[in-house]
Amino acid sequence: MSALKIKKGSSRKSAYDLRDPNGEVIENHTLAILVDNEAGVLARVIGLFSGRGYNIESLTVAEVDHEGHLSRITIVTRGTPAVIEQIKAQLGRIVPVHEVHDLTVEGPSVERELALFKVTGQGDKRIEALRLAEIFRANVVDSTLESFVFEMTGTSEKIDAFADLMRPLGLIEMARTGIAALSRGA
Amino acid sequence: MSKTMTGAKMVVQALKDQGVEVIFGYPGGAVLPIYDEIFQQNEIRHILVRHEQAAVHAAEGYARSTGKPGVVLVTSGPGATNAVTGLTDALLDSIPLVVLSGQVPTFMIGNDAFQEADTVGITRPCTKHNWLVKETDRLASTIHQGFHVATSGRPGPVLIDIPKDVQFANGHYTAPPQADTKMYQPRVKGDIEMITRLVEAMELAERPVFYTGGGVINSGPAATQLLRELVEATGFPITSTLMGLGAYPASGDKWLGMLGMHGLYEANLAMHGCDLMINVGARFDDRITGRVADFSPKSAKAHIDIDPSSINKTIQVEMPIIGDVAHVLEDMLRVWKSRGRKVNKEGLTKWWKQINEWRTVDCLSFKPSEKTIKPQHALARLEELTKGHDRYITTEVGQHQMWAAQYLGFEDPNRWMTSGGLGTMGYGFPASIGVQLAHPESLVINVAGEASWLMNMQEMGTAIQYRLPVKQFILNNERLGMVRQWQELLHGERYSHSWSEALPDFVKLAEAFGAKGIQCSDPADLDDAIMEMINYDGPVIFDCLVEKHENCFPMIPSGEPHNKMLLGEASTKDAIGNSGAVLV
Ligand SMILES: Cc1ncc(C[n+]2csc(CCOP(=O)(O)OP(=O)(O)O)c2C)c(N)n1
Ligand SMILES: [Mg+2]
Repeated sequence: MSALKIKKGSSRKSAYDLRDPNGEVIENHTLAILVDNEAGVLARVIGLFSGRGYNIESLTVAEVDHEGHLSRITIVTRGTPAVIEQIKAQLGRIVPVHEVHDLTVEGPSVERELALFKVTGQGDKRIEALRLAEIFRANVVDSTLESFVFEMTGTSEKIDAFADLMRPLGLIEMARTGIAALSRGA
Repeated sequence: MSKTMTGAKMVVQALKDQGVEVIFGYPGGAVLPIYDEIFQQNEIRHILVRHEQAAVHAAEGYARSTGKPGVVLVTSGPGATNAVTGLTDALLDSIPLVVLSGQVPTFMIGNDAFQEADTVGITRPCTKHNWLVKETDRLASTIHQGFHVATSGRPGPVLIDIPKDVQFANGHYTAPPQADTKMYQPRVKGDIEMITRLVEAMELAERPVFYTGGGVINSGPAATQLLRELVEATGFPITSTLMGLGAYPASGDKWLGMLGMHGLYEANLAMHGCDLMINVGARFDDRITGRVADFSPKSAKAHIDIDPSSINKTIQVEMPIIGDVAHVLEDMLRVWKSRGRKVNKEGLTKWWKQINEWRTVDCLSFKPSEKTIKPQHALARLEELTKGHDRYITTEVGQHQMWAAQYLGFEDPNRWMTSGGLGTMGYGFPASIGVQLAHPESLVINVAGEASWLMNMQEMGTAIQYRLPVKQFILNNERLGMVRQWQELLHGERYSHSWSEALPDFVKLAEAFGAKGIQCSDPADLDDAIMEMINYDGPVIFDCLVEKHENCFPMIPSGEPHNKMLLGEASTKDAIGNSGAVLV
């Protein structure tokens, strides 16, 4: 090479945190996007993902600041580090997007999902479902003689685990909110 | 101080307050109230095009040749959908436009009303931002925001959809200073530490090259001045993308010519062999990089761009600098001067020796002919005969576009308008109309291919109506030449639908519109014919019958690196591999 002593692909002082730039490791990232709560803003965000071929694993959105007309969109996406950086930069270009936070790299965070499970059954199966629900701290929010609706909040893994257990016990329907996430600490 | 007025009046008032002089448009039911207001004033000039796509391209030509935003007015439904190609073109080339569209009344939206289209839905991915205005009170501030968004940061087209009842209703007018523009404030100053690192690299580099793009021109005249100063002071070679031609003068001795797929040998080899690449306002487009894995393998790269998403999108760089080109160049110059104006003299001398060797290849040489006009020859003559003029060039898309970029020289920015990112056939003619409106006394020439030109030929009516002396210089090879070239190189010479049949008699066509037509087929007559075109006071269609099977070289085949460039007919056999064939 030449007189220049610049390590290839290193941009230590950059606006970007380039972990291995050529890395092909696919990572899951949770992005929190603060947007103006106006017509079409969700379509802009989703259109960006579909138009540029990015993944959406989970998506939640709701207004979080009524006075300021701000909504928070939480998206779990997958990609190589370079793709994740591109996604964040592309999101930043959308005019009504105020902030984009990558909760996965910005320090510890908590992620929760709410799910509802409808489980039907009688006899032992019904008792077993109720017992497991207690262990998982799921609440019973509706019950008939043949069915329960359980409500559970937790990590996606916990919800998956509970669903796996309920399936042989009569799980017939399930609704999940997708992930909501916040960074830890102040 | 808020005044009450109708929405339609507000539109015109807002445009006046934004300093708009010309709008390009086409009326229809959903914009009649606005047209009624246009009728009742004389400050803003409305240019009636013949197709809404042309309105947008004309506005692009206006914008690119002036640095001011172009303004378009179209009706709902088909008016808006016809504008989509132009919007996409402006988005890809970062051209500031404000497009106003009529919409069915708010109470009918969603009912499949007559001429209803989901305009904000359709144009969301092809605008920088768009708005549907549902309250007259918010109309003026939205228009002001539209101008702000279109022109700040990386410029681009915006669209404002205005339902007819909003145009009729009364509301409060918001003047520009009262409009909220805080919502969008891109950063313009670059990180000074990173700039200093780049300057350090510039002091040491043995084989540096400036790789510049449309961002320099978009940044404005200060950017061009600073770039020229920096190039002269450092003595570094400079090349540019198709979009950036004119930022550095073609007559300058540091100029390597355009780079990329049809760029010059010396420019592409300098990119391939450099040890420091300084990208100023370009975006590592695939026409530039060729095969990404082999792109400039030995260089450290700096990238100056106002759009963070451009950085590390395709090419990883060591020195990313997010900011406006003029701001960053100013800091670079200041830091470089304050550190003692150092460059690696020894390295540079060797580097220039190498570059001058590459230059001797003379990659733009071509075999002239006494019998037929070679397209390269036609452009070389056009250059020679128009060089001294106050000249603006637009182009269509195809071989003629690449030849124009190769054989015409641009001494100043904003003089070259071509569809780079989208490659839109039909761009050049309406763009030339927009340019001529902005520069009534200048010589405006659209270098066209016969096929592209036909795509928006209806604009002859516009040129005649507004007495716009635009010169349509058609390199007529009776072929979709660029398609034919690819079929020759890539698809076994099977020329599937790539010829222009049933062409009109262009001279008669010109005359039918009331313009002048000139045809030329003999190289011996060419100069006189070109002079006749230049000297004619009015629009001219120049039908230049050229060699039909000429290929455009140099060419980097798709999927190949820069050093695998083809220089001429001899080297084309099996040049494009299978992996390249799937690329466009
Ligand atoms: C709207 C549009 N359709 C199709 C193409 C694909 N295309 C690129 S160049 C070209 C041929 C252009 O022919 P002509 O205008 O005669 O120019 P030439 O290449 O012959 O100089 C075509 C069809 C395009 N760029 N734009
Ligand atoms: Mg042609």
